[in-house]
Amino acid sequence: MLGDAVIMPITSLYLGMHIPDGFLSFPVSLGTWVMSIALIAMALGRVRRDYSERAVPLMGVCAAFIFAAQMINFPIPGGTSGHLLGGTLAGVLLGPWAGSLVMAVVFIVQAVLFQDGGLTVLGANIFNMGLIGTFGGYYLYKAIRMVVGFNSWRGMAISVAIAAWTSVVVASLFCALELVFSGTVPLQIAISAMLFWHIIIGIGEALITVFAISYIWRTRIDLIYDPPRRFPSTLKRS
Amino acid sequence: MNNPNNRLFFLTGLLAALVISVFLSPFASTNPDGLDRVSEDLKFNHKEADNPPAKQLPFSHIFDGYALKGVPENLATPVAGLLGTLATFGVAWGIGKLTIPKSNDSP
Repeated sequence: MLGDAVIMPITSLYLGMHIPDGFLSFPVSLGTWVMSIALIAMALGRVRRDYSERAVPLMGVCAAFIFAAQMINFPIPGGTSGHLLGGTLAGVLLGPWAGSLVMAVVFIVQAVLFQDGGLTVLGANIFNMGLIGTFGGYYLYKAIRMVVGFNSWRGMAISVAIAAWTSVVVASLFCALELVFSGTVPLQIAISAMLFWHIIIGIGEALITVFAISYIWRTRIDLIYDPPRRFPSTLKRS
Repeated sequence: MNNPNNRLFFLTGLLAALVISVFLSPFASTNPDGLDRVSEDLKFNHKEADNPPAKQLPFSHIFDGYALKGVPENLATPVAGLLGTLATFGVAWGIGKLTIPKSNDSP
């Protein structure tokens, strides 16, 4: 195709923390597939049991927003860029269970339709960029919010920011370790290189996540999975 | 969902996602991102598969990465963003709909 040569350099820009086919060994790919499938199966069960049908449209909108936001790479100093991962955003908004389903959908669409992130390493990508945020990010946010102030915006903003930043840094650590266990790179340099960039990229994650949550907090606070105590929860089954 | 306020809220959310993917995507930074940069610096970027399985799927005849094939370059990414956002919206909505039983909301 004539256009391919022109388009090629553009497509390679969108890799993100998305691992392509070829970077991970078979055992590492398989292990991360098993973890992701187990957590998604558990999430399906909990969504079926605990969620109200009112959560359905929010799942669609949340997935669409995170897909769109992941397309927008923001530049960071040093000639690198980053983009939102969105796991913590999905977890805070929809809870860890529906949030995990939403993140899995985003990475499946990216890999299947747009060749972004390898199909053989999709389990690793869903785990790193999705489930670390929807589970790790969610429970960290909830613990901090309990301490700083569960019902105040201040408590919400601080806990969301810390959880979002941490989820990106932890995701980059997991990604580095997967590369190390696959024999792709040596331990020391993989971890320092991945951490170096993602400590900065995580600030972008925190800013975008707090901004998105602040909009919902002001307009439809009942659509947050854990609303302040004076508001009824719309997403959970009554 | 039958509440008009709800409909307006969700439409606004979807519209925001479409605006981002269509109108902001051309302004996305072209710098390599975190893992790209590390794979270049540590020289393991050559390990990326040349012909990954996703390129064997029928969708690879339609999209080359986030670019619709066969349209002018400045339209390729916005249109891919539009279609991708709608697809993601539809699949996530459908999974929610299939997973959550109607009886969950009957008292």
